[in-house]
Amino acid sequence: MTFSLKTILLILLGLLIAILAPFGISSKFQLDVLTLIFFTAYIGQSWNILGGYAGQFSFGGVMFFGTGAYTSSILLTSFGVPPIIGIFAAIFMGAFLGLIVGYLSFRSGLRGSYFALITLAFAELLRVLANSVEFTGGGVGLFLTYAPGLHNLQFNSPTGFYYFSLILLVISLAIAMWLERSRFGAQIVAIRENEDAAEALGIDTLKCKIYAIMIMGGMGGAAGTFYAQKYLYIDPPIAYSIALSVEMLLVTIVGGMGTVFGPLIGSFFLHIVNEFARHFIDTPGVSLIVYGFILILIISFLPNGLVGLFDRVRKKKDDNDA
Amino acid sequence: MTKSQKLFASSRRQFIGRASATFALASAGLSIPHIAKAAGAVKIGLIHPATGWAAYPAAQLRYGAQMAIADINAAGGIKSMGGAPVEAMLGDSQAKPEIGAAEVEKMNEAGVNAIQGCYQSAVGLAASATAAKYNIPFSVDVGVSDKLVQRDLPNVFRMADGYGRIASDASINLAEINKAAGSPAKTVAIVHEESEFGTGTAKLVTQALAEHGLTVIETIKHANPTRNFDNIALRLKAAKPDIIMPINYPGEYVLLAKTLRQQRVDFMASYSVLGGGFNFKFVEEMPQIAENMIDVNHWYNPSSASGQAMRKRTEADGKYFTFEVYCAYMSILFLVDGFERAGSTDKEAVNAALASSTLSVDFMPYGQTKMVNGQNMGSRAVAIQAQKGDVQIIAPSSYATATAIFPRS
Amino acid sequence: MFSDVLSLLPAGIINGLMFGAIYALVALGLTLIYGVLHIINFAHGAMLMLAMYMAYFLFKILNIDPYVAILIVTPISFVFGYTIYRWGIGKLSGGRDQNILLITLGLSIILENSALVFFTGDQQTISLPYSYEAFDLGFLYLSYPKVISFVASLVICLLLWMLMTLTDLGKAIRAVAKQREGARLVGIDVEHVFAITFGIGVACLGAAGCMLLPIFYVDPYTGNIFVIVAFTIVVLGGMGSIVGALLGGFIIGITESVGGLILGESLGQVGISLIFILILIFKPTGIFGSKV
Repeated sequence: MTFSLKTILLILLGLLIAILAPFGISSKFQLDVLTLIFFTAYIGQSWNILGGYAGQFSFGGVMFFGTGAYTSSILLTSFGVPPIIGIFAAIFMGAFLGLIVGYLSFRSGLRGSYFALITLAFAELLRVLANSVEFTGGGVGLFLTYAPGLHNLQFNSPTGFYYFSLILLVISLAIAMWLERSRFGAQIVAIRENEDAAEALGIDTLKCKIYAIMIMGGMGGAAGTFYAQKYLYIDPPIAYSIALSVEMLLVTIVGGMGTVFGPLIGSFFLHIVNEFARHFIDTPGVSLIVYGFILILIISFLPNGLVGLFDRVRKKKDDNDA
Repeated sequence: MTKSQKLFASSRRQFIGRASATFALASAGLSIPHIAKAAGAVKIGLIHPATGWAAYPAAQLRYGAQMAIADINAAGGIKSMGGAPVEAMLGDSQAKPEIGAAEVEKMNEAGVNAIQGCYQSAVGLAASATAAKYNIPFSVDVGVSDKLVQRDLPNVFRMADGYGRIASDASINLAEINKAAGSPAKTVAIVHEESEFGTGTAKLVTQALAEHGLTVIETIKHANPTRNFDNIALRLKAAKPDIIMPINYPGEYVLLAKTLRQQRVDFMASYSVLGGGFNFKFVEEMPQIAENMIDVNHWYNPSSASGQAMRKRTEADGKYFTFEVYCAYMSILFLVDGFERAGSTDKEAVNAALASSTLSVDFMPYGQTKMVNGQNMGSRAVAIQAQKGDVQIIAPSSYATATAIFPRS
Repeated sequence: MFSDVLSLLPAGIINGLMFGAIYALVALGLTLIYGVLHIINFAHGAMLMLAMYMAYFLFKILNIDPYVAILIVTPISFVFGYTIYRWGIGKLSGGRDQNILLITLGLSIILENSALVFFTGDQQTISLPYSYEAFDLGFLYLSYPKVISFVASLVICLLLWMLMTLTDLGKAIRAVAKQREGARLVGIDVEHVFAITFGIGVACLGAAGCMLLPIFYVDPYTGNIFVIVAFTIVVLGGMGSIVGALLGGFIIGITESVGGLILGESLGQVGISLIFILILIFKPTGIFGSKV
């Protein structure tokens, strides 16, 4: 992204709108929907770092989310550590897990679908373990008490969680923007385009990929704490659900992989499609059938994701100007 | 465009897109409520997992609730409110706590007066907690976790048993059945699924059984889902318990029963607690397996005229008469009785009326309603047995429609 | 307690073997699709579910035994698979991995929810007249359906192996798998071969569905229960290897069974994930896969 004056102004405008939104929106439900949209965009961005920019697709992204959720929740319920501190432990554990998984997988030279599958296997492994171990609450899960307060990262109104998710979102956008302007970002993109050539150019591909997955892991960890503090209950099927792994890659691919705003656009689009379909169709399942068709249509006509739409518009303009 | 611009596809226009999307959401309104079809209608929200692995129970719950609402309206609506009709607002929780909670927010803004749900306790917990913020009366139609009624929330109620009371009812009933047969059974083996439903119930039942002189010699936890019960059947065979007690969901329940038969495992009785798969359909479709199996569960009172009529109606509609149907019906009756006695939709008044409810539900084997901390103390789970292709209540004796065949023939 | 487990071990191993053959059949379709087309098919589970429903309705309405129904379901599945690939996935994806992923994902959502709308979410089981007859091995009863499924799986694997090694079609498929462009240059209609392979993969699912129905149950979501295991087997056995899928199925079946005996049915599942991870780290091409 180039930071022309126009761009910066647009970014600030968007941010201003987002910050002021709760004052203009009286509906708590809509704030809640926006919160979920931001949350999904955030966690999609974490997938984007490794999948979109570095080109390493993962099917097990939920493992960072679940591990983060358990970390801060166990610290809270067993040791009384307030989540405002616990969230950093969650980030650390997420990144640490990323380090382990990254090292084991990348060191063995796993690429492409093999890498995607091993992340799935790790996520499954963690789910089974979480089910069997006492300190995670086993299959029963962990119940958190309702106690609003900043130190608990709990808020008694949707507005509080809205801002929490907005902060996470902004951080994730900043990370992506930094990536696009940094040398590290250029390196992982080079790896994505042609890993062997990158290696030949002197890039330490192993290190770069591991750093990328650690960033993904750290981000995922924070997401886990957010969820745990908002819904006050986690168990292995929630913490390590394949559905979330799929959702994070879905919003990113639909929105546009390897772009700063891809996950956000994808998240908005998919949530809106889902809500509208459900609103007009009462029979359970029919709205999801429509959703499935829309997915297929989008990716058939916009293989670069929704971002591709904007590119086409600009390309037309450029063509006209030329 | 420079190479770097190509690689990082510029997304300037996306700001505009993002801003407009936010505006569009804010102004156009995502939460266009289901418009009330009648002025002054009392709106009851129904939140169930209409899509996902629990879609069938959800469909049954919706059916039962909507049947009740139709009946109430046909009888003249809520009399103390000038005959105000009742109207359902449908919500799909998608089996996710976060969506269940969001549905409550949506319904609240659409002016919902009470909410009923959610089948999965995790969803029920999230949804009822959200409802508590607005003091919306919340009735748990099906949801067995006792945590639902242990949070001191003045707006949450449950007419049916939770696993605490069911565990205790199950043990009392088993002791009664055992005694009537000369107490041949001494040992029990529990096979339960791994989540809170199975694990929580198993723990409480083990304690309750001990108080009645029955020992649990083997507790086998299994995954959700489980593909294959052969080894569990073999372990049970080796342990030789007098009674096998499954606590799991429908798919696994039936699979286990079939496998026990295939492996010729011998036991005096299969006595399940909250057996997910025990219902009329199971007994009709798998008579050789189901014969003489016993379950302790929510069940209707077959000796009541209203219960028999409801069953006929449900089956005439091409549906099986599962517990979801009458538990949902009962929950609607409970809520409507609250509105009736409060004379308005004022939340404080309705919650107070619900807390002091003395409703008698003719088609359930319950005593008079008595709410303590949101749990109905008049509720009761009965022991039912498959006998000759039909289902009979065998305990407690006050509601029994047949004698128990124990040990099984 | 451990001696108890030890005494159940022989039965556990045989149980694992029997169920492993079914796993292998589900994995067979996947290994072909993954090995030849190099695509991860998110809709694999949904297609297995449809096959099971097909077998279910054939049984309920026309009283056709599921093992006989294989002869009907398999060809229909083949046609379904061929069509979906030729005029769906192949055309729409433009060959990009992430697009294929999303298209198969969309497909699985459509199939699952269509099943929900038309068949309801209610679980369906069937009982055959011989469901509870069994061979008595003394320490274990082998029910007839399990044995029939086991034998049928082996037969289908054998037939498929013969197809792949002895026929021209098989040679074409293997050529396309190894060298896509080279095969095209030699005159092989690559898109057609891809579609046929996809069709064969789905046909295997058709057979697997018929064999699963008598020993399991079906609802719109049951397909997914077997897919993760199938992926493990595909990787374990080697992408594209039929013998690998069979052997992998046995290994995973036994691991799951013995793991369940020793660690309990809940934790016992860990064996599958561990094998998956270890194979990927140490020999990602699998037992019978060639060196990358």
